[in-house]
Amino acid sequence: MYTELGHFCLILAFCIACVQAVIPLVGAQKGWPVWMRIGEPAASMQFILIAASFAALTHAFVTSDFSLAIVAANSHTAKPMLYKVTGVWGNHEGSLLLWVLILALFGASAAWFGGGLPDRLRARVLSVQGAIGVAFLAFILWTSNPFERLEIPPFNGQDLNPLLQDVGLAFHPPFLYLGYVGLSMSFSFAVAALIEGRVDAAWGRWVRPWTLAAWLFLTVGIALGSWWAYYELGWGGFWFWDPVENASFMPWLISAALLHSAIVVEKREALKSWTVLLAILAFGFSLIGTFIVRSGVLTSVHAFANDPERGMFILAILVVFTGGALVLYALRAHALQAKGVFALASRETALIANNVLLAVAGFVVFIGTVWPLVAELAWDQKLSVGPPFFDAAFTPFMVALALILPVGALIPWKRARLGRAGRSLLPALIAAIAIGALVWTMQSGRSILAPVAAALAVWTIGGTLVELWIRAGKGVAATKLRRLAGLPRADWGKAVAHSGFAITLFGVAALTAWQTEDIRVAQVGDSFEVGAYQVTLDAVREDVRGPNWTATEADVTLRRGERVVAQLSPEKRFYPVAGMPTTEAAIANGVFRDLYVVVGDPQEGGGFALRTHIKPFANWIWAGAIIMALGGALSLSDRRHRIAAGARKTQRAVPAE
Amino acid sequence: MKRLALILCLLAAPVLAVEPSEMLADPVLEARAQALDQELRCVKCQSEAIASSNAAWAADARVLVRELIADGKSDAEVMDFFVDRYGEYVRMRPAARGAGLVLWIAAPLMLLGGIGIAALTLRRRRAAPEVAALSADEQAHLDELLDS
Repeated sequence: MYTELGHFCLILAFCIACVQAVIPLVGAQKGWPVWMRIGEPAASMQFILIAASFAALTHAFVTSDFSLAIVAANSHTAKPMLYKVTGVWGNHEGSLLLWVLILALFGASAAWFGGGLPDRLRARVLSVQGAIGVAFLAFILWTSNPFERLEIPPFNGQDLNPLLQDVGLAFHPPFLYLGYVGLSMSFSFAVAALIEGRVDAAWGRWVRPWTLAAWLFLTVGIALGSWWAYYELGWGGFWFWDPVENASFMPWLISAALLHSAIVVEKREALKSWTVLLAILAFGFSLIGTFIVRSGVLTSVHAFANDPERGMFILAILVVFTGGALVLYALRAHALQAKGVFALASRETALIANNVLLAVAGFVVFIGTVWPLVAELAWDQKLSVGPPFFDAAFTPFMVALALILPVGALIPWKRARLGRAGRSLLPALIAAIAIGALVWTMQSGRSILAPVAAALAVWTIGGTLVELWIRAGKGVAATKLRRLAGLPRADWGKAVAHSGFAITLFGVAALTAWQTEDIRVAQVGDSFEVGAYQVTLDAVREDVRGPNWTATEADVTLRRGERVVAQLSPEKRFYPVAGMPTTEAAIANGVFRDLYVVVGDPQEGGGFALRTHIKPFANWIWAGAIIMALGGALSLSDRRHRIAAGARKTQRAVPAE
Repeated sequence: MKRLALILCLLAAPVLAVEPSEMLADPVLEARAQALDQELRCVKCQSEAIASSNAAWAADARVLVRELIADGKSDAEVMDFFVDRYGEYVRMRPAARGAGLVLWIAAPLMLLGGIGIAALTLRRRRAAPEVAALSADEQAHLDELLDS
């Protein structure tokens, strides 16, 4: 009953999306206000209907209704309740339903909060959102219907892939989708602006908060995914340059570039056509990501849905939307005239450099991801492009980005004197070189990566502090503090996000350069040294039972000198319904290091394979990403962004940027 | 910069599935073997190096790498051994020749192109008059203000 209602709601949502895609657009073209206003109720209604449909599917999962094909294939009565709920999007059909739910949410938000937008622009934005909705709802209804029934319902389900039975699944996909799909707003604004033939400072101001929101969700989503892989896959790796990871990383890089170039549009009315192009590309890469994940064209460990028909459908969506927008861009971009003039040494130029580096870095990830496919189609060569390529080709861009960041963040718009910026940044430079040299001597004889990254991190954070110091102005401490407290939140957001970037950079380098691991067969009672730690295998229990798994659990004690640092219980689980083993690593988290222990199979001569990893600064990677996202959130809460568009900038005691 | 890139590229996060029973007793040789494990693809897996794969094929490949190293083969000889049998596909780091060459030079070319386009646009912008003329709307607004 609920299932049929849900299905019906989805079909209705499709019809409403069709209306939303056409009527407001025609209205905006002809100047008919009533037609333009259809967009808002349509967007709200579409969201309500898809939400109802999603609730119906959730109900089917929670009540274990195995007459539904995807419930039977992905659930089981013995599965804990949390995973019954998250299982809704732990499969192809359900995850697409979540995708359109979030798409509709963004469309509805544009209707609810877009009151300050000019009527025509709002109508066109809602129309483009509606058109994307039409495409994806059609995709769901015709190729991936989650409400498909089974003729003969099974007695019980086949259980969810055990790797997905984790709290990670509760948060990673929703955040990632909020990011992917959030970029559809930037795309809609770009297409609407092209139709209108006008991009001005106001457009920059409207598009920024949406891009910022999408980027910060994407940041959190990627960080959660990386953290999940770190503890769940049992290898202790945090990034694998897997095609599916790359699929989420490309839109992240492009949207980071977009975020920065939209500032130039807002403040200086320059880089207009480039910004519009980036907005199209950012969502284009989101669609490419969806295509890669959903079609399984580049097979990877994530591909849980390989189906050529679906692949062709998404490819068609990708071609129509990205291709269509690019054609529109080619036709109309010349209408976008730049106004702001600026000298070579200026904030504008620095942001262009930022954009070139981020865009080329995104391109490197893209070409590395699709190259095996291209080589096979064009030259019939089977090639692999693995982490060694990406590490080598991608890293230099991030190093260059960190090098220019403090200078670009500090110098003024329009025309800057580099010498002055150089003098201000001297303390940061000295601190960076000193710390880099210190790390270099302390680690003696190991790779140069970590000292370089430490220096870059100090340089970036030091530069941020210098900037805040300058903004605090002259006077006694109290005056300075008051000025700092009075800085716009966007400025604080910038400082926080840049620091987060530095922390992640350092975390990645430190973990990569300094981690140590020990792999051996250990008997119960054995003790051995790993780095500065004494590791003891105290006991192994082979008959641990969970709700839907059995496990071998080891008790491991780690000591430093006489002091017990951690007592860990890694498990090796077996899920009988899915017939799959998983490794549950036990991790003692710390600020400066993680201790990571994995128990393996029993060995022939007795004992167990035991892996002990010491992972220095591991948590800095994700902490940095979360700090970046917090910076984004701070910026988003700035009055300038919250206030309905069109509001005049208010005067402040401190100069705004 | 080039040298830095070279140094940085020698590092790939080690992620090890190697079993204790497969490992060589000599830590120097084992370290070489683990580095090679990162460079070789498990041809039966989905974009995974033999270093991180739990598949049987990967385990056999790891044992083979260690046997070849124990026989006194150099790293390059071990790679050649695998490439001869399984083709270029087995390299995780594509060789910089043929189709692979395009891949390696794509990023530097793109960077140069990006810098070139940016520089050209900037120069054209600088050649343009410093003060942009008023748009028609602005001129109308200005006239209105002056009239009132």
